[in-house]
Amino acid sequence: MAEALFECRSLSKLFPVKTLFRTIGNVHAVEDVDLEIPEGGTVGLVGESGCGKTTLARTILFLIEPTAGQVVYRGEDLSDLKRKAFHAFRRETAIVFQDPYSSLDPRMLIADIVGEPLTIHRMAFGEDRDDAVLALLERVGLKTEHLYRYPHEFSGGQRQRLAIARALAGDPKFILLDEATSALDVSVQAKILNMLNALKRELQLTYLFISHDLSVVRHLSDLIGVMYLGRMVEYGTREQVFDDPTHPYTRGLLAASPSLDPDDRDRPREVVLEGEVPSAVDPPSGCRFHPRCPNRKPECERIRPELVDIGDGHLVACIPE
Amino acid sequence: MTRSNGIFVSRARLIRKRLNPLLKEWGLTAYVLRHSMLAVIGTLIVFSFVFIAIFGTRLAPYNPTSTTIQERFQPPSGSHPFGTDKMGRDVMSRMLAGAQHSIKAGAIVLAIAVPIGVLLGGIAGLFGGWVDELLMRITDVFLAFPSLVLAMSFSAALGPSLFNAMIALSIVWWPMYARLVRGQALAVRETSYVEAARSRGASNWHIMFRHILPNCLSPILVTLTMDMGWVITAAAALSFLGFGAQPPMPEWGRMVSDGRIYMLSAWWVSVFPGLGIVLVVLGFNLLGDGIRDALDPKLRRLTEVKWSRKKISSSSKG
Amino acid sequence: MESKENLLVVEGLKTQFFTYGGVVEALDGVDFEVRRGETFGLVGESGCGKSVTATSILGLVAKPGRVIEGRILLNDEDLLQMSSKAMNRIRGSKMAMIFQDPTSSLNPLFRVGYQVAEPYIYHQSRRKRRALHDAMRMLEKTGLPDAEEKTKNYPHELSGGMRQRTMIAMALTCEPELLIADEPTTNLDVTIERQILDLVADLKRDFSASVLWITHDMAIVAQLCDRVGVMYAGNIVEKTDVRSLFRNPKHPYTVRLLRAIPSSVSTAEELEEIPGSVPRLIHPPTGCRFHPRCDHAMEICSQIKPVAREIEPGHLVACHLYNEGGETDGGGVV
Repeated sequence: MAEALFECRSLSKLFPVKTLFRTIGNVHAVEDVDLEIPEGGTVGLVGESGCGKTTLARTILFLIEPTAGQVVYRGEDLSDLKRKAFHAFRRETAIVFQDPYSSLDPRMLIADIVGEPLTIHRMAFGEDRDDAVLALLERVGLKTEHLYRYPHEFSGGQRQRLAIARALAGDPKFILLDEATSALDVSVQAKILNMLNALKRELQLTYLFISHDLSVVRHLSDLIGVMYLGRMVEYGTREQVFDDPTHPYTRGLLAASPSLDPDDRDRPREVVLEGEVPSAVDPPSGCRFHPRCPNRKPECERIRPELVDIGDGHLVACIPE
Repeated sequence: MTRSNGIFVSRARLIRKRLNPLLKEWGLTAYVLRHSMLAVIGTLIVFSFVFIAIFGTRLAPYNPTSTTIQERFQPPSGSHPFGTDKMGRDVMSRMLAGAQHSIKAGAIVLAIAVPIGVLLGGIAGLFGGWVDELLMRITDVFLAFPSLVLAMSFSAALGPSLFNAMIALSIVWWPMYARLVRGQALAVRETSYVEAARSRGASNWHIMFRHILPNCLSPILVTLTMDMGWVITAAAALSFLGFGAQPPMPEWGRMVSDGRIYMLSAWWVSVFPGLGIVLVVLGFNLLGDGIRDALDPKLRRLTEVKWSRKKISSSSKG
Repeated sequence: MESKENLLVVEGLKTQFFTYGGVVEALDGVDFEVRRGETFGLVGESGCGKSVTATSILGLVAKPGRVIEGRILLNDEDLLQMSSKAMNRIRGSKMAMIFQDPTSSLNPLFRVGYQVAEPYIYHQSRRKRRALHDAMRMLEKTGLPDAEEKTKNYPHELSGGMRQRTMIAMALTCEPELLIADEPTTNLDVTIERQILDLVADLKRDFSASVLWITHDMAIVAQLCDRVGVMYAGNIVEKTDVRSLFRNPKHPYTVRLLRAIPSSVSTAEELEEIPGSVPRLIHPPTGCRFHPRCDHAMEICSQIKPVAREIEPGHLVACHLYNEGGETDGGGVV
């Protein structure tokens, strides 16, 4: 079993909702989440809007401070790290964002954008830095002449490659891919996904992949976590979650995704989730999903279900077994 | 080739490689400007104005300060295209000699106001929180100052002069830049590329100097260009009221004031300097507008295609 | 007779944008038809021209664009020849559109109920009170919970899914014969998307409308559409019924596009990559616009643009491989 690169325990993040004078409530963005990211693995985080996956990812990287709980990186609690060690943590982690058009500074040359982490960590300067950037560009399939150009000369797919090259600068161990292919066309997405897989193998990287697109998550991840309104409702390997979805929300999610088989429209659909995701400021009591759950029982409103291992590490947070 | 030679050559090549895309961007800006009639007019006016400011005194056919009482109040004619004033001085020569004062006033005011405003605005926008609140309240205080009243008090305290008027103007001019840069800083702060830099451990200073300020350059440049016209007007206004330039300085605002009482009989004494001010402000405004359009990303992308095709076709012909 | 079967016929549609940088040949002769009662899917990646097709049909092509050639027949009447007054009467009543982003398509200053009532007032001259009442009924039909209260809400007070239902209600008020949907579910969560897709299918039946559904998502096409047109760089390269498209794709682009979708391959396989990228339409490639990226490109492909040919009943492909003298006999490009 691989070592855990990240271990999150009871992680919670609340955002206070303020009026001018007082706090009238809290947005329960992330509530009591445990997550382990093994070294060399790809963990996929899925869920719809308001589920907290984006907040969770940023809390794991300590870009947002958790309200409660701990984040342990390679055995050390991040809140205990001294400045130098924390700076090293920042070098070892990187993010690739969703929108390739706003994630590159339009006023900077590619050489400076991709080389920025090297500058921040004083790893290389001047010409040496530009040479290092050249090597990174080659890794992501771009060319030498792209080095001294501005971002606006590149297409969305190329920009995403540049963002990945920047993430690779400084030899990180971990990359957070925040909907990294959601804004790309299918054919471009294919290239990027293939490249991400190849890079992971070559450079022994660990990925946390956030997406709302289940098929992409399935293609890239070994382990998958399903989130709903700030809580983790199901967690397991790719096979466990996709071939044996247990939580009613996971089943509803999978049933809702349109398949590529035209004949599926004639087959009766298993679950149709009614209603919408409720507000995260005043979430439902007990199991957050109970108002929309086709299997709900009276207890579901009162008791908050814990994640239970139903076999081989497949975790589900649901009362009826 | 010695080792030191090699380093020198490669560093020069590196600089050139980095400079090229920047020059290309400026080239595109110039290309867009050239193709806007109004921007071209603005540029011509501004350049002429600057030229006159530098060489005006030498170009002046007559001595701007020597009085020739017999020649007073001559209407515009062949020998005096703008006529003469109450002391018999050639109005055109005075205008040529006086342009430098206007430009100096504008340059000095902005040279003081812009750096102060940009720095304070940048800090406020980047740090937010109480720093932002504090700096913005200070900005509000200075914005509340009526510039004319301030100039008047300066004159009363230190004696009226163009220089004192410029100091007074700088004090009320910097808040606009602070607000401008603060707004940009707030916007840039929220971008993904800043988040990317932070996620890799970038310090606040890194963010400020490598991301926020460079992205503010365009709006600052546009505002600055248009402002030049307004500062010149403000300086002229102060001089008109008597708080700025004092006689016999041929500052244009002062000239308008001096000729005011003779408007009905010798209109040319006030009107020509007045028109001069109007023209200069117009020029800076047009140029500023042109620059703003030339820097607009969408327009640039569209024009770039045309420009590169023109370059290709002209280089293949040549 | 053809017109009994076809509600909308688009023939040789050419739309171009006359920009400062040159002429963008967005649509280069688009041909398709939407039959009565069917859902026709127009699918393609960004830049292929599917949205421009929709705006061309509605007569709302943004400047500096213009339809320069072609015919758009709605019930045998050519929309391109109509006066703007006549078009105004058709838009919203015979033909309606649902847009991608309900947030920017709804006026933030007016209450939702009023916006849905507007078509009743404009096209059917109903009085305000009655129009508002009917608007509420329509919102109920689109599954908006608590419709009566919601009519008094402003758009920003509603969620994305609710706003989309509002847009659908607005589009259906005058019972249009043709409903054009331009990526209406792209920004919605998957479960809400499913609800909207089901809703449109139901409403289409109830109102006996035909739907032109524009999307980049092949899976939606597979589940929703009866017939499909695949677009690439301003042309329809393949057009057939949905089952034939997925089981038996012919055009090289369609084949590779389908293989690039993650759910179409097993997780161990690499996704199919299409080399190169979508061409700029200011100086598009000569001949077949896909030829620079095509594995099967022949010499003729760069010279002559292939015309769409019916190689099997109901299955049209625009590719030289399937023309006389092509490499295959219609067996496919697998």
